[in-house]
Amino acid sequence: MIPTLARPRINRLFRFQWEPAQQAHVLLYPEGMVKLNQSAGEILKRCDGIRSVTEIVADLEAAFNASGLAAEVDAFLLMAEAQNWIDWNPS
Amino acid sequence: MNAPLLVPPQALKRAGPLWLLAEVTYRCPLHCAFCYNPVDFAQAGPELSTEDWLKVIRQARALGAAQFGISGGEPLVRDDIEILVAEARQLGFYTNLITSGVGLTEARLAALKEAGLDHIQLSFQDATKEANDLITNTRTFELKRKVAAMTKAAGYPTVINCVLHRTNIDHLDRIIEMAVEIGAEYLELANTQYHGWAFLNRQSLMPTEAQLAEAEAVTERWKAKLGKKMRILFVTPDYQTKKPKKCMNGWGEVFLSITPDGLALPCHTARMLPGLEFPDVREHDIDWIWHESPLFNRFRGTAWLPETCQSCEDKEKDHGGCRCQAFMLTGDAGATDPVCPKSPDHALIEKALAEAERPTLVKPLVFRDPKNSVKLGRAF
Repeated sequence: MIPTLARPRINRLFRFQWEPAQQAHVLLYPEGMVKLNQSAGEILKRCDGIRSVTEIVADLEAAFNASGLAAEVDAFLLMAEAQNWIDWNPS
Repeated sequence: MNAPLLVPPQALKRAGPLWLLAEVTYRCPLHCAFCYNPVDFAQAGPELSTEDWLKVIRQARALGAAQFGISGGEPLVRDDIEILVAEARQLGFYTNLITSGVGLTEARLAALKEAGLDHIQLSFQDATKEANDLITNTRTFELKRKVAAMTKAAGYPTVINCVLHRTNIDHLDRIIEMAVEIGAEYLELANTQYHGWAFLNRQSLMPTEAQLAEAEAVTERWKAKLGKKMRILFVTPDYQTKKPKKCMNGWGEVFLSITPDGLALPCHTARMLPGLEFPDVREHDIDWIWHESPLFNRFRGTAWLPETCQSCEDKEKDHGGCRCQAFMLTGDAGATDPVCPKSPDHALIEKALAEAERPTLVKPLVFRDPKNSVKLGRAF
């Protein structure tokens, strides 16, 4: 379970960007690339080390006119942390 | 919301290359006996100009390439790599500098960082001063440790590459320990692949089976101990695993390399192959080279494969293996890679492996330097 006030950010080992040729968000890292689907891209776009998990969920629900996304965002962030894609802003 | 999509390399196939590797020079302050550069590098034509490189970078990015590597030789001997990095970064490339660290001063590091350099891969040749200096035929060990500390202080993840071979593989425990001391995030342990100078020195570089098994055991112990703190990638040698590998994830599928003198290649070492015309980036654009040139289509896909491979269930996985290995060992670039046990030429590999078990056959190393290059005057 992720504390709701935790503020995720992209790990400095990765660069997150929109890649026109792929028509997708990608994570670039030393000599490699992960192509992300739309929902993963939308979550990571909001992992700026400023917004809390709660704020990210609220933001996504507003942007996509949806509700009850918290569990899915949590699950994704746990996976992203295990992959080293994100870490948590300690300050 | 769906689970994120992790796309395996084969699914990233696309119109253009994903990787652009700029081998900006063959000049190098080190003289490593395991270098994959062509033995006759001293006979290559003049190096591309800054403008030529900028053109290549723009054309490759327009085709969708996302990774840009600068390598050599030692790229830092050129004084314009900051300009190339800045342009590549500005266009959206992830920029990688692959260096021995020799020539990386505080001032240059600051300039590269300012240019937007994303990543530095630093090569180490061994864990002790004596062994590092022996295999490179230089005095560079202390300098490398200094450079590693400097790049870390500049905020770069520390990514270390160490090529393993007969004379350093027994020091692996100490090599990994050194990487931990330095604070490395990634350590790539690349067993020597026998191309260029490494092929020339094969008998002196190939470890015994027991050495290799011990190295794998040491690596596994450290991996278990370090977990996420430091990722270790152990790249197994083709000869010993007997598993053919696709040329750079498939000939003309993801990877584009440009030689210092402007030839476009589907892998680092393809310029050794006979009877092929290597397109010059000053005469052709990257779009034509990638899609249309006879070179990039020569071994693309699987239609060209020899009979041994056509009937094999693994043909999509390995595309018949490495073209350069096939050529160096059999004289036929279109043959099944002899590392494959199904190859009619596989006995050549077994013979090389048997020789590695007989230390009396080990010969003095021939170091990679311009003098030896001119004297030998051949590709491998």
